[in-house]
Amino acid sequence: MGEINKQPGRLRAAPENFLTEAQIKDVAAGRRDFLRKSLFAAGAAGAALAAPKVVRAAEGDPNILENPAWTTSLGQPVATNPYGMPSKYESQLLRRESPGLARVGGASVSFAPLQGLFGIITPSGLHFERHHQGWHDIDPSKHRLMVNGSDDSLLKKAKVYTLDEIMRLPSVSRIHFIECGANTGLEWGNVAVPTVQYTHGMISCSEFTGVPLKLLLEDCGVDYKKARYVLAEGADGSSMTRTIPMEMVESGEVFVAYGQNGEMLRPENGYPLRLVVPGVQGVSWVKWLRRIEVGDKPYATKDEAVHYIDLLPSGLHRQYSSIQECKSVITTPSGGQTLLDKGFYNVSGLAWSGRGKIKQVDVSFDGGVNWQTARIEGPVQNKALTRFNTNWVWDGSPAILQSRAIDETGFVQPTYGQLRKVRGTKSIYHNNAIQSWKVIESGEVSNVQVL
Amino acid sequence: MFRFSKPLFVFALFSASTVALAVDKYDGVGRAATPAEVKAWDIDVRPDFKGLPKGSGSVDRGQELFEEKCASCHGSFGESNEVFTPLAGGTTKDDIKTGRVKGLSSGELPQRTTFTKVATISTVFDYIQRAMPWTAPKSLKPDDVYAILAYLLNLQEIVPGDFTLSDKNIADVQKLLPNRNGMTTDHGMWPGAPASKGGIGNGGKPDTANKACMKNCKPDVLIGSTLPEYARTAHGELRDQNRSFGAVRGTQTLGPEAAKKAADAGTLELATKSGCMACHGMKSKIVGPGYNEVVARYKDQPDAESRLVAKVKAGGQGVWGSIPMPPNGHIKDEDISTLVKWILSGSK
Repeated sequence: MGEINKQPGRLRAAPENFLTEAQIKDVAAGRRDFLRKSLFAAGAAGAALAAPKVVRAAEGDPNILENPAWTTSLGQPVATNPYGMPSKYESQLLRRESPGLARVGGASVSFAPLQGLFGIITPSGLHFERHHQGWHDIDPSKHRLMVNGSDDSLLKKAKVYTLDEIMRLPSVSRIHFIECGANTGLEWGNVAVPTVQYTHGMISCSEFTGVPLKLLLEDCGVDYKKARYVLAEGADGSSMTRTIPMEMVESGEVFVAYGQNGEMLRPENGYPLRLVVPGVQGVSWVKWLRRIEVGDKPYATKDEAVHYIDLLPSGLHRQYSSIQECKSVITTPSGGQTLLDKGFYNVSGLAWSGRGKIKQVDVSFDGGVNWQTARIEGPVQNKALTRFNTNWVWDGSPAILQSRAIDETGFVQPTYGQLRKVRGTKSIYHNNAIQSWKVIESGEVSNVQVL
Repeated sequence: MFRFSKPLFVFALFSASTVALAVDKYDGVGRAATPAEVKAWDIDVRPDFKGLPKGSGSVDRGQELFEEKCASCHGSFGESNEVFTPLAGGTTKDDIKTGRVKGLSSGELPQRTTFTKVATISTVFDYIQRAMPWTAPKSLKPDDVYAILAYLLNLQEIVPGDFTLSDKNIADVQKLLPNRNGMTTDHGMWPGAPASKGGIGNGGKPDTANKACMKNCKPDVLIGSTLPEYARTAHGELRDQNRSFGAVRGTQTLGPEAAKKAADAGTLELATKSGCMACHGMKSKIVGPGYNEVVARYKDQPDAESRLVAKVKAGGQGVWGSIPMPPNGHIKDEDISTLVKWILSGSK
């Protein structure tokens, strides 16, 4: 966080938190004594530090010439924080609500700060939240999973499992994205929110560990011929329910998860048990999972008959829309950020598809007239976030950045124009349009929609 | 050869043991659910009313219950938009005849209500029974659910005021819902078998078909919408929602004045939460000195901050009179530092 040097092509001084506008002017004029003072005040809390040598700027960076406190003193012992926490300098990236989106915190959303995350795994503490009637921290010793049938002919034996028992069963660990069906839903009609946290932050990606649901259903003697649907139900107040097709369960993809990123699920993400339904919108990944019912018909539950239905221009609603289609977004740089300088940038973003693996991601810097293929980082996994990067030298002129993902089925992420042509602007759910970020001469990046 | 023989041997043993230990039963895992357990949890009601409990309830009884248990969030007539979106309204007599809510496509509907959307009354019964009231879910008896639902149906002018809804007539009522023909499953977003094979939907066929053009893909760039100014600032100071180092910075959206105000508001909250405001006023003495007095006394002392931090932490007596300030070991060091800085900068 350091020095503010005069560099060729520099557009503006870094907006360091501890500099006032007047101080920034001072720096530009070559007066920098106060800088050193504030640095030491911040660094050593005013104590125990020898008086700094006066260093002229011409000799070099005081961060190099004068060893800081962490280089000249004893650090803290192990297990100072028995459960480690991020650096105190990482206080900006938090889950946040979008003001006015929901009026009740127990039925609201907090968005993951995609603008500052790397790679494909979402830190568990920053995983987006969506609750339907608030969250609880459930006592795992009292949690039960029941499996039963809508009638007795569908299942030989209704059974009850404890966590002790579920955790004895053969397990799988898989990395999958979970995206709320309403992600980017605020943007169906027009640009409404400023940053990628609020446009796309209802997505997260974790390694989940658990037991294939298929194994439990077969343990109960399911009759696959008759039982073609599964109802999943939560243990929270809303006891949220969703219908899931048996084909997905039979494929082995659906599993009952207790692990998330190497530890147990977080309470906000369904501790101690949730369903993982890869590629399908988050509402089907029932949290605090307490019951699985196999049935011969879909259930038309509240969250598939009143909400999570997609309004079309004809006035019809699409019901049982579930798959999250191929989508991508550039996270750096993105809306609400400012480029400090002309020159080189690693443009980075995320791509995903509910229909399988990502095959290719293209990036445009001119609003979609010309495209170049981005580098895909790391292993490309089924129904998981995929990180892409591409090189960019910004010459200081206006640009519109876009990314366009293609999945293994050959499906190409649509433009806003294409999506609205078939679905209108009131669909709320399943907005997978190409996102555009406009960069202006000052370096400020903002959210725009290109048709 | 020797190099390979050992692993081969191990492999052979492993194969044999795999066969010997192959299991398709998970002995000791899980137990049969008792009928009472299944009954306690299996409360779902399907559109064909499988799972529906026996019972009945009148519109009048429903009105009483609704006023008592539901109106504080939903309004007396299910019309409130304050806490949740409205339950009732938005449909016409004609919609009840056709089973399609005309307002959904005509643009005349300012906001969708539950009854402009729902095609299955089972859904509403199931949801009220499992999740309502908001703060006491599952506290309603089946007769209460029938009554509340009867009242809602009457508000929606689907049933008359003297109606009693029951397990006997609920299927007939479902046939009157104003949007009963308003759902389609003809789309590609169902991940199971398609309708042609007894399932739902078109088998995964998408409804858009973009092409991966690479060069000169269109004559010009049409901007459909840009970020309105109010939306730029509605999400707080964006600078503070990004790292203060790295490739980019968050854009300052509120300006230094507003940013200080927001920070001050946060610190006042911290001061209140930490118990400071019980004894100190910002501009007046309560038990201890007002923050304005603290500033006046310490303003010219270069080490004021570190001395005050130490004092807040350890407590003290004498400087401001005989009433002691208790030690504040419960407050985190960085919070104390934030509070002291805030006080010295003229707490607002």
